[in-house]
Amino acid sequence: MANPARYWREIPQRYRMEAGKCTKCGRVFFPPRLVCPGCGSRTFEGVRLQDEGSLLTYTVIRVGPSQFADQTPFAVGIVELDGGVRITCQVVDCEIDKLAIGQRVRLEFRRIQKQGDAGILCYGHKCVPC
Amino acid sequence: MAGIIGYGAYIPRNRIKVEEIAKIWGADAPSYKRGLGLEEKAVPGPDQDTITLSVEAARKAIARAGINPKEIGAVYVGSESHPYAVKPSGTILAEAIGATPEVHSASFEFACKAGTEAMFVCLCQVESGRIKYGLAVGADTSQGAPGDALEYSAAAGAAAFIFGRENVIAEVDETYAFMTDTPDFWRREHQHYPRHAGRFTGEPAYFKHVLGAAQGIMDKVRMTPKDFTYVVFHQPNGKFPLNAGKRLGFAKDQIETGRLVPKLGNTYSGSSPMGLTAVLDISKPGDKILMVSYGSGAGSDAFIFTVTGRIREVQDKATRTRDMLDNRKVYLDYGTYAKYRGKILKAE
Amino acid sequence: MRDVAILGVGLNKKWGELWSMSLRDIYVEAALDALDDAGVDHIDSMYVGCMTGGMFVDQEHLGCLMADYLGTNPVPATRVESACSSGGAALRQGFIEVASGISDLVLVGGVEKMTDVSGDEATHALSAASDMEYEAYQGITFPGLYALMARAHMHRYGTTRAQLAHVAVKNHRHGAMNPVAQYPFAVTLEEVLESVLVADPLRILDCSPITDGAAAVILCPLEAARKFAKKPLVKILASAQASSTIALHSRDDMTWLESTAKAAAIAYRMAGKGPGDLQVAEVHDCFTIAEIMVLEALGIVERGRGGEAAASGMTALGGKIPVNTSGGLKSKGHPVGATGVAQAVEIATQLRGLAGPRQVPGARIGLTQNMGGTGGSSVVHIFEAV
Repeated sequence: MANPARYWREIPQRYRMEAGKCTKCGRVFFPPRLVCPGCGSRTFEGVRLQDEGSLLTYTVIRVGPSQFADQTPFAVGIVELDGGVRITCQVVDCEIDKLAIGQRVRLEFRRIQKQGDAGILCYGHKCVPC
Repeated sequence: MAGIIGYGAYIPRNRIKVEEIAKIWGADAPSYKRGLGLEEKAVPGPDQDTITLSVEAARKAIARAGINPKEIGAVYVGSESHPYAVKPSGTILAEAIGATPEVHSASFEFACKAGTEAMFVCLCQVESGRIKYGLAVGADTSQGAPGDALEYSAAAGAAAFIFGRENVIAEVDETYAFMTDTPDFWRREHQHYPRHAGRFTGEPAYFKHVLGAAQGIMDKVRMTPKDFTYVVFHQPNGKFPLNAGKRLGFAKDQIETGRLVPKLGNTYSGSSPMGLTAVLDISKPGDKILMVSYGSGAGSDAFIFTVTGRIREVQDKATRTRDMLDNRKVYLDYGTYAKYRGKILKAE
Repeated sequence: MRDVAILGVGLNKKWGELWSMSLRDIYVEAALDALDDAGVDHIDSMYVGCMTGGMFVDQEHLGCLMADYLGTNPVPATRVESACSSGGAALRQGFIEVASGISDLVLVGGVEKMTDVSGDEATHALSAASDMEYEAYQGITFPGLYALMARAHMHRYGTTRAQLAHVAVKNHRHGAMNPVAQYPFAVTLEEVLESVLVADPLRILDCSPITDGAAAVILCPLEAARKFAKKPLVKILASAQASSTIALHSRDDMTWLESTAKAAAIAYRMAGKGPGDLQVAEVHDCFTIAEIMVLEALGIVERGRGGEAAASGMTALGGKIPVNTSGGLKSKGHPVGATGVAQAVEIATQLRGLAGPRQVPGARIGLTQNMGGTGGSSVVHIFEAV
């Protein structure tokens, strides 16, 4: 999962939430794309996503994939950031039994994965209740 | 004159109380609380490390400095819990804040004074004119061995400072270093937990260097304790900074604002730097601040700051340190704490 | 375009944890069963629907492998992959090859061998159906993604936890009558509601299992088949496929399966039928919430009413439109690449009148709906008894 080149390539998105805005129709894509699925245009300008939003839906993962096996139980949700872009991310520093749809959350920089004891560390953003 | 143009701190939301740790090991909680002068400490989440704490603290510092991160010429993280032994924490920090690619970086280590080393080097680079802005972070997520005295105090936190020459909020009037080879506390390569020399960590170590640096810098600028509004000492426990301050001739109320340890724990490389951020949060123009760090091995860095008129504009541009310390805390039981800190692990 | 018929159907003997059978063994057993059922001894082309031989058993080049072990060289053999709709997509490719006139006898088989890896590794392999860099990277699992959809559906439409459980109860009741099923036994509503949580609100009994298994069908032109078929023929009235966003967070409406709705619309038009004409259906109940959302997307019930429908008995044997008489993915099992083909096997069996205790009396029109990921791809087929 955490192959160095594959991880490194996505750093502008994972660390700085860099997205692409279609210059023709204005839709914003995260991660950025080469062609706009809305209008077919191929020119985009770089934009940054907002760092606050609302929780659209969430769950608590109790049986996790191998890299996350020691973090269960943890909450994951889909957040609609201010500005309209939606992302999937963990919800942390919260009571996992007390999350609510519509709750305001804010992005924080966290470590997402570790590749075992000797592999690279993978960072990104999770969200915390505002 | 060069100085701090932006500052920020980050404290994880989790806490564990002395009582909870004492219960597991059969220790007498009240006597630990009295002896250490500490009630609870901050615990990093399982997804937090020195790098993540540094990023959050640095983002606050940038918000207060109001600068374009691309103009930062050096990013240094001082810690004794760098996530990588080889690969500077600053590379990830610099990338996350958007300072790359024209930027220097290296990881600093000098036990608990790695953060102030980073501050010293950034200051010098700015003063020399080589760089426009320098970011120095002191951050740690250090561990104490289970059942050891250090387990009660080893905590997590970060403080970040941006140094520059324009729009300074705290001018650096003087710096001083006092360092000897004193093996009071150390960690050998490949060891998971540090070791310490018990009571030897007191007089010949902490007190000799902290008092040496404090007196040394005051002599250098011909100042006395009453000339300062605030003094911030390295805080391995609640008592040492009070003791040091008293012996030097400082009053308790000069020390209290920057003394976070009773509720925070010892954040190692973040310790005196975070105390400094708490002071800056409420300081007024003209205030004089003395900060003295301590790193085992051993040495102390001293700084004298004068707060400028610009301080008021920036204090509320990011969350204040005491706000993070006092609010929205989550208390952990020992099992959760041990799981978060990797003291208990699932089998491969 | 020629009319296409299903000439023969086959399954390997039993679905479940098949310790002594390899990926190739399972596929070949199902393929031979279908060839025997069709009464043919040669084929012109074959398809292998399989999500990931690579991640489960490090094996790719599956068309080649299966053709070799089935003894059909040198006919063309092609692996089709569309995550959990690999089987359905393979069926569509086989249909196109016969309908177009390119081939006369086409074997379409689907297979998955999932139990040679640990549970964690299987979870990881399945997560490859999602956006690896922007969904799976964050720690979400497949049950987690469907749990996100379930919670959104419950919030928006008032679908209840009990309604989800009814899907599992019904499918197990059906599966108990299916000797091939992995879990051929009934479960009660209480057992479902008290089973261990996997990703809130979904519990282990809301989730389809990890299964080894294969299914196969033999396709041929309908007109030619009439001359030599030994068993009742089933005509493929429609074969349709549609795509949607890979990531759940990119959907306009997380509570609606757009790709299923689009594929169904094309299929209904192609078949000249509507949801009201369906008498039996096999749908993709990878999780209980999925069946509920599929009923809505197929137009069998109104948007938002899938939960009520699931609890009403409408989709049980004996009800208005029995759904998942095979036991569905939940009770029969979900060897990922096999599912889409196995759905066709069940509907063909129903339309031939050979479903025994699971038979829907007089069923003449049936539908299969197979879906990949969280609905990023959907394949819908409509069948008619000849």
